Amino acid sequence: MELDLENISLEERRELERNVLLTTLEKVKGWARSNSLWPLQFGLACCAIEMMGASSSHFDMDRMGVFFRASPRQADVMLVAGTVTKKMAPLLRRLYDQMAEPKWVVAMGSCATAGGPYVKSYSVVKGVDQIVPVDVYIPGCPPNPAALIYGINKLQEKIRYEAATGKRVTER
Amino acid sequence: MKQDQTVRAGTAEPSDPPAAERAEQAAGTNEAAPLVAGADVNPSRIDQTAAEGGETPAPGAEQREGDGASEKARQTVTPEKQSDSSKQADAPKGGDESGSAAEGATAGAAAKNEAGVKAADSADADKEAKRKAAAEARAARAAAKAKADGDGGESAQPKPPSPNQPLLDRLVDILKREVGEDAVESAWINPIGDIPTVSLRAERLVDCARVLRDHPELQLNYLRNVAGVDMETHMEVVYHLISLNNKINYSIKVKTDREHPSVPSVSEVWSTANWNEREIYDLLGIDFPGHPDLRRILMPDDWVGYPLRKDYVPADPEV
Amino acid sequence: MAIRTEELLLNVGPQHPSTHGVLRVVVKLDGEVITEATPVIGYLHRGTEKLAENLNYTQIIPYTDRMDYVSAMTNNYVLCHTVEKMMGIEVPERAEFLRLIVMELQRIASHQVWWGTYLLDIGSLSPFLYAFRDREIIINLFNELCGARLTYNYMRVGGVKWDAPEGWIDKVKDFVKYMKGRLEVYDRLVTGNEIFLARVKGVGKYDAQTAIDYGLSGANLRCTGVAWDLRKTQPYSLYDRFEFDVATAEEGDCWARYKVRLEEIRQSLRILEQALEQFPPEGEIMGKVPRVVRPPEGEYYAAIESPRGEIGCYIVSKGKAEPYRLKFRRPSFVNLQVLPKLLVGETMTNLVTILGSIDIVLGEVDC
Repeated sequence: MELDLENISLEERRELERNVLLTTLEKVKGWARSNSLWPLQFGLACCAIEMMGASSSHFDMDRMGVFFRASPRQADVMLVAGTVTKKMAPLLRRLYDQMAEPKWVVAMGSCATAGGPYVKSYSVVKGVDQIVPVDVYIPGCPPNPAALIYGINKLQEKIRYEAATGKRVTER
Repeated sequence: MKQDQTVRAGTAEPSDPPAAERAEQAAGTNEAAPLVAGADVNPSRIDQTAAEGGETPAPGAEQREGDGASEKARQTVTPEKQSDSSKQADAPKGGDESGSAAEGATAGAAAKNEAGVKAADSADADKEAKRKAAAEARAARAAAKAKADGDGGESAQPKPPSPNQPLLDRLVDILKREVGEDAVESAWINPIGDIPTVSLRAERLVDCARVLRDHPELQLNYLRNVAGVDMETHMEVVYHLISLNNKINYSIKVKTDREHPSVPSVSEVWSTANWNEREIYDLLGIDFPGHPDLRRILMPDDWVGYPLRKDYVPADPEV
Repeated sequence: MAIRTEELLLNVGPQHPSTHGVLRVVVKLDGEVITEATPVIGYLHRGTEKLAENLNYTQIIPYTDRMDYVSAMTNNYVLCHTVEKMMGIEVPERAEFLRLIVMELQRIASHQVWWGTYLLDIGSLSPFLYAFRDREIIINLFNELCGARLTYNYMRVGGVKWDAPEGWIDKVKDFVKYMKGRLEVYDRLVTGNEIFLARVKGVGKYDAQTAIDYGLSGANLRCTGVAWDLRKTQPYSLYDRFEFDVATAEEGDCWARYKVRLEEIRQSLRILEQALEQFPPEGEIMGKVPRVVRPPEGEYYAAIESPRGEIGCYIVSKGKAEPYRLKFRRPSFVNLQVLPKLLVGETMTNLVTILGSIDIVLGEVDC
């Protein structure tokens, strides 16, 4: 049977539009990855409590597909929540290396972003982006769980944009 | 609204002769405040002034009780006051000789009234005189304060002995008897909180600790806190002890020098000292011979330097 | 044929869902049985004490929040209390009432976090959700009061920063009633559960002498029968005005610590009821404090009862606006010392149970 795409009647066209989705494979990958981000449970300090609060019943991140994994091998995104000290830094890098591609990093809170209130301390790494490449920064001390969810949404948008267009977000 | 009259009741009071000059100066500065410098302010006397003088702002006077009194109030302190520190009563213009500041205050009020009347027409010379007077006032105030501190006992009552003094004596007694005459270097009562504090010799520390824990009268079985302090000349380790039965607090200090600080470990006596001493070693570098496992606890194992020392320079400040 | 066994060195690493933060425990295992365990801490050492030497006392208060971040109000209080004692400042009554109410609410919130995460570690997922849902109510109350959910920066030397908004006291009263009912739900859900009891009874047992020797405090000391609660034995704030019992238990194991903490929530609710009734309808919230807070030269150590134990603050002051030396006596740091002793001879699964029952917060362990 020949598929004649030139002469499609209106009902057939409507039928097709309802049931057939045309997209690129990259977009599908982006949609799938962004809607099922599994973070590595990496709560270091006070932001961890807000992270726990964001994943518990009141703010429920599970409805976005965000579900915490304990092992880096099974995780997509590393939510660095809390202060990174110089003692912890090599381990953070090692955990990042153990994650499988594609992977993203979200720096939650001002300590992970830039050292936070401890920026003058002798034992704090001033920003986790000195160790791992960060995709989304969430400011706050600690950020509200709603702010964390907003950050996750931004990450989802970033994933979809980069998948759809192939360009980095920073070149927009 | 200028500070019209502030009276500080106290010991040193200005004598008679400068009163006239002072009143003039007051006139020149549009206010009269025969400052009676002294160690403490007596609100009752100030209130009396208010009642009699009529215009003294009592709240103004009360403000002076704390630090930060307004400068204007001290303008009329003259350099002459520096020289006479005797407790002569003051009577500007009025000339009463009395020993109580209240009278001086009253006289001051009288002087102020008069000065106020005169001062209406000397607004120009105001600022000039004010600045000069302020500088003099500050100098006089400082000198007067030094004097007041010097004769200390006369103005302030001697501090009553702390209720814990017998406890301290007993503690020193027990330690001397059980451990040795040279165990206790010094003993005093910490004025904040009335806590008996002893300073022990480092070599006798472990024996003293055992006595403190086991002696039936003291029974200091709970070591609350061990802290290391870097005084620039020496280092100290402070132990805070309490007895769960008697609920009495004690403080023990051990001094050690800064070059090779070393304090015997008490971790066999109170096990809680184990990690506390490790932390002090880690951050301050004080050695604890006798400790079962002295290594760094908070910093990474290969860290160089002792961060909490006053002369610590971080090796990589830009990271 | 003989079986050859070797000791396994297992690293329960700093990144682990059940170490309550970045705690690393290096265990030597013989099969499933632990022969030796060494906690390694310091992964969250942020140098608060060194930073404090360059900040004045009001600026240090936000740093105290972040030490024991689950119960930030008590940390605020210990610093303010020590400085107030050194300077002899009197706190007005309304401010003191606000502080007490806030501290007791914080105690309940902290025990809720403990309860939720402890049961999560043991393996049950629902209590975590229950606990955090109820904690949200307290957090929202604090949010209304001082604008922050977790690190409040609420108390100041001499009083508190913000006054209770209108209707806040009534909301707290409603919460107290609500929470009393919830405690029964918690009990029905968990306390009678046989699996739970089998996991916690007899695990991690120690006696009173060990507890005193190791300087344990809080529920860890009271679970052995020693009725030492700083709110009763060395009263601070307004605790001597209210009637409450000191929660103790006899056994000294994880089950006892569980019971003690739930009982502490009950007693906190009792204190709250009384405090809310006696709350002064108006008054100052800040006492007479000089503009620059300068304690006189000297030193002082003051301690209060935080949900984790005795938190203390030792200040050496040289009369300046910054402390010369500020040391915090952190309960979790001291309580954690007893862990190696408790773990010898236990199985790996009990490591999590025992660690959870000591109730540590790593921000406090490392300071």
